[in-house]
Amino acid sequence: MTQPQALLSIENVETYYGNIRALSGVTVHANPGEIVTLIGANGAGKSTLMMTIFGMPRARTGRIIFDGKDITKMPTHEIARLRIAQSPEGRRIFPRMTVQENLQMGASLDNLQFFDEDARMVFDLFPRLKERINQRGGTLSGGEQQMLAIGRALMARPRLLLLDEPSLGLAPLIIKHIFEAIRELNKNTGLTVFLVEQNAFGALKLADRGYVMVNGIVKMSGSSADLLANPEVRAAYLEGGRH
Amino acid sequence: MKPIVDIEPKESDSVFAKALKEGLVAGALALGLFCLIVGFRTEQNIRNELILTQRWGLLAIFVAVAAVARFLITYTAPWREERKKTRRVVEAKEPSAFRKSFPKIGLGLLFIYPFLVILILAAYNGSMMGGLQGSLKYVDNFGIQILIYVMLAWGLNIVVGLAGLLDLGYVAFYAVGAYSYALLSAHFGFSFWLLLPMAGIFAATWGVILGFPVLRLRGDYLAIVTLAFGEIIRLILINWTVVTKGTFGISGIAKATLFGIPFVPGPNGFAALLGLPNSGVYYKIFLYYLILLLALLTAWVTIRLRRMPIGRAWEALREDEIACRSLGINTTTTKLTAFATGAMFGGFAGSFFAARQGFVSPESFVFLESAIILAMVVLGGMGSLVGIAIAAAVMIGGTELLRELEFLKLVFGNDFTPELYRMLLFGLAMIVVMVWKPRGFAGSREPSAFLHKRKMVSGEFTKEGHG
Repeated sequence: MTQPQALLSIENVETYYGNIRALSGVTVHANPGEIVTLIGANGAGKSTLMMTIFGMPRARTGRIIFDGKDITKMPTHEIARLRIAQSPEGRRIFPRMTVQENLQMGASLDNLQFFDEDARMVFDLFPRLKERINQRGGTLSGGEQQMLAIGRALMARPRLLLLDEPSLGLAPLIIKHIFEAIRELNKNTGLTVFLVEQNAFGALKLADRGYVMVNGIVKMSGSSADLLANPEVRAAYLEGGRH
Repeated sequence: MKPIVDIEPKESDSVFAKALKEGLVAGALALGLFCLIVGFRTEQNIRNELILTQRWGLLAIFVAVAAVARFLITYTAPWREERKKTRRVVEAKEPSAFRKSFPKIGLGLLFIYPFLVILILAAYNGSMMGGLQGSLKYVDNFGIQILIYVMLAWGLNIVVGLAGLLDLGYVAFYAVGAYSYALLSAHFGFSFWLLLPMAGIFAATWGVILGFPVLRLRGDYLAIVTLAFGEIIRLILINWTVVTKGTFGISGIAKATLFGIPFVPGPNGFAALLGLPNSGVYYKIFLYYLILLLALLTAWVTIRLRRMPIGRAWEALREDEIACRSLGINTTTTKLTAFATGAMFGGFAGSFFAARQGFVSPESFVFLESAIILAMVVLGGMGSLVGIAIAAAVMIGGTELLRELEFLKLVFGNDFTPELYRMLLFGLAMIVVMVWKPRGFAGSREPSAFLHKRKMVSGEFTKEGHG
């Protein structure tokens, strides 16, 4: 099952909140340069899997391998230092800090060494952030905050970008813009993206491969095209919910 | 059909009538509330009998204050509303030149303050010596006392204002600093200048010791544990009598010296060496500048650190711990350095306090002190150095001023001691500030853009930015 060349591989992971099992036997991987998406309903365990990669909470069994390195028991900040960046659920930008300071926080791994260069790249991707550079994060609109969260993650020069529901609560036009930005990024830099989404149609359109999670179990996996065509997936996630 | 306007009461007389009515109601309420609490008082006489005394005069004052205040608030409401409208337009403008240069003006004043006081008093008394002696009170009680608290509040600001770790036991580090100076100078005869950094290091060590067990805690839980820590230190100081002499405290602590020159009367003293008349004022002035420099050191370090990765990490930690960790920030060391840095300045202030006072006892390090310092940080606006300094000056200076207000005795009777109402006034001041400026005097946080980055960034990126 393990892909030898996979950048990230999650093997048989189980995660608990107290005694409640949130993930059971999850096996997922992402190859270098791929966009992989994990779709599922509310409470399926998507965000839990995302946070488990960062060790918050920690996997009770199973292994998480990044670039051949076992990171299952590594402290969160050291995992981040391996250049895994995330735009977490609920964005979690620093509300009282300005856009620039938020981006600086993202660039703190390299001690701002590449700040100007990387900031330019982020501003090319999201010109709105450039207009708001001196504005406090908390005063941005939802879409701008999402852009800032992704931008902040990109400032860390990641090898793997984890995105947790970047479309949550945003207008369709902004979702489209953000998804296009992700696609562009992947195409231009070969960045590996692991995308957690409820917006199944948009996510599968964007991704190369996908996993479907139900109640903490990966129910289905395959290429995006296959999943989009799959009648079960269509019935559960796509019909009537097309964006 | 009748126009709607007619239903509304007439403006001019109605405001007065309404204000009068509300004032009377407030007065009646105050009468009901305070009638038993203030109006009557029971005292034990020599034969252990309770005697009921009636204090109608005092009660009348309470009721009158409530009624008049309510009347004025209601009566001036339309006028204030009007003013608010006009002011909103004004506030959109750039901060005034005075406000911008306030830190510089304030700093300049602080540096000439002792001499200013001496000159004014000398002119007032007509003799230089009178000026010197008279300035003691102002340099010591106001200057030094306020600056100690400014420094403590700035130190606590690192922990609470920047890193967002609510610390209710900050006075413990102050105590550690004070006792380490007192004990080490008494037993080993080390000088102030050697012990000042040592006291800081000891306090920082204790900061780390406190930091470790509370790493996982935040908010209320952290506050409770730090509160307990402060009390533990105080109880140790009281009960470890072999070392600390318990509640008796340690007296005869060595004074600080200026480059080895002691401040003593006699041929080797400071006054004699400079050919000045003997006076205790020189030591106080020296202490004033010492604490001023220590406080400025605290401010300088805070300003520097805010621009450095660790300072930014503190602020990010305050905003969102989980985001911090997933950006590769080691929250353990970040928290510990915040505790240690804050504690270190508390330790400096403590050793200064011991040198100034010449006496330390556990009574100086009660919870109330922690609460007052925290109140300064909150009232001043978390993270704002100028705001915190103003809050400290108002709170400590206010307390000292209360002692001076003799005329209050004429109003409230001879046994009225204004200091007793200190806490009441603190509470009032806090409510007023929190209603009027919920984020403290200087609530808005200054962005800490990188200095050398700012040059490059400002030209290209910030042209459309509005802060």
